[in-house]
Amino acid sequence: MEIGDVYSSRQLDEAEGEAIELFKAHCQQPILDPDEWLEEELKRNILLTSVDAMLNWSRRSSVWPVNFGLACCAFEMIATAASRFDISRFGMEIFRASPRQADLMIVAGTLTWKMAPQLRRIYDQMPEPKWVLAMGACAISGGTFAQSYSVVPGVNRIVPVDVYVPGCPPRPEALLYGIRMLHHKISKMSIATEGK
Amino acid sequence: MTVALSGEEIASQIEEHFPGSIAESSQQSLVVDKEFLLVAATYLKTTPGLDFDYLTSITAVDYYDYFEVIYQLTSLQHNHSLVVKTRYYGRDNPTLPSVVGLWQGADFQEREIYDLMGVSFEGHPNLKRIFLWEGFKGHPLRKDYL
Repeated sequence: MEIGDVYSSRQLDEAEGEAIELFKAHCQQPILDPDEWLEEELKRNILLTSVDAMLNWSRRSSVWPVNFGLACCAFEMIATAASRFDISRFGMEIFRASPRQADLMIVAGTLTWKMAPQLRRIYDQMPEPKWVLAMGACAISGGTFAQSYSVVPGVNRIVPVDVYVPGCPPRPEALLYGIRMLHHKISKMSIATEGK
Repeated sequence: MTVALSGEEIASQIEEHFPGSIAESSQQSLVVDKEFLLVAATYLKTTPGLDFDYLTSITAVDYYDYFEVIYQLTSLQHNHSLVVKTRYYGRDNPTLPSVVGLWQGADFQEREIYDLMGVSFEGHPNLKRIFLWEGFKGHPLRKDYL
């Protein structure tokens, strides 16, 4: 058996390494949190209000999360989904394995630079409207590993984050609270200002 | 329970077969000269009564003056274990022989040591970074990193 049959090629690794370096260079500043619509109450078109209410109600009533457990926070996320805490109360029990069918990305855990391009890719594959919840100290700021050589100091360098849930890891109650905050945030969205 | 063999006893056995191969030995472990690492490892694996057929783990330590690579061996047949160490003195391009030919399980662990500690393993079939990406500068577990 040839070595090439067993191991991936060096060129492939080097191409990946270059892509990561390039990606890292482009991700040195945090992306602003998407909350502009929260201040736009006055600019709202009155005609659209009932449409907004209907749309936002339907959107927040079944926010399907994408499977994105990166580290120990994932277990709290799993506990949140299981019977004791039961996020199916909010129509969120279906953790999608495909980003194409998901609305919310719960980034649960430490994100490394090697994983970062994949996170961005999954985010890009999610259909609009989409939201991101940063769960735990690592996702918020890099946590204990903020000064590390391999950890992204906050996922808001990679994707815009709607809700931050602190904790190490946060308990399921905290995650549920964060999800309720996101529902509250969604309820203030307006199609009049969307996409601006 | 797995019996931890005496480093001193095994060291004297190895020394008998390969004079000058043992640098140091104690109850817990033995230190083999790097020139003799492969022959000593082969001896430990193939000698009846020892039969170290399983490599539990490899790890490395940076002691400033030298890099020490530690091999934890187990014999599943006799249910005994042994800790073998080897050293590379100096900091520039440390190189040690690879034991992948003896224990396939060394493949990823030697790559990990190469990646994080910067120790090269001669004879490794696929020595490249395993955790960090190609193009990463330096070896982060070294004491002088940053």
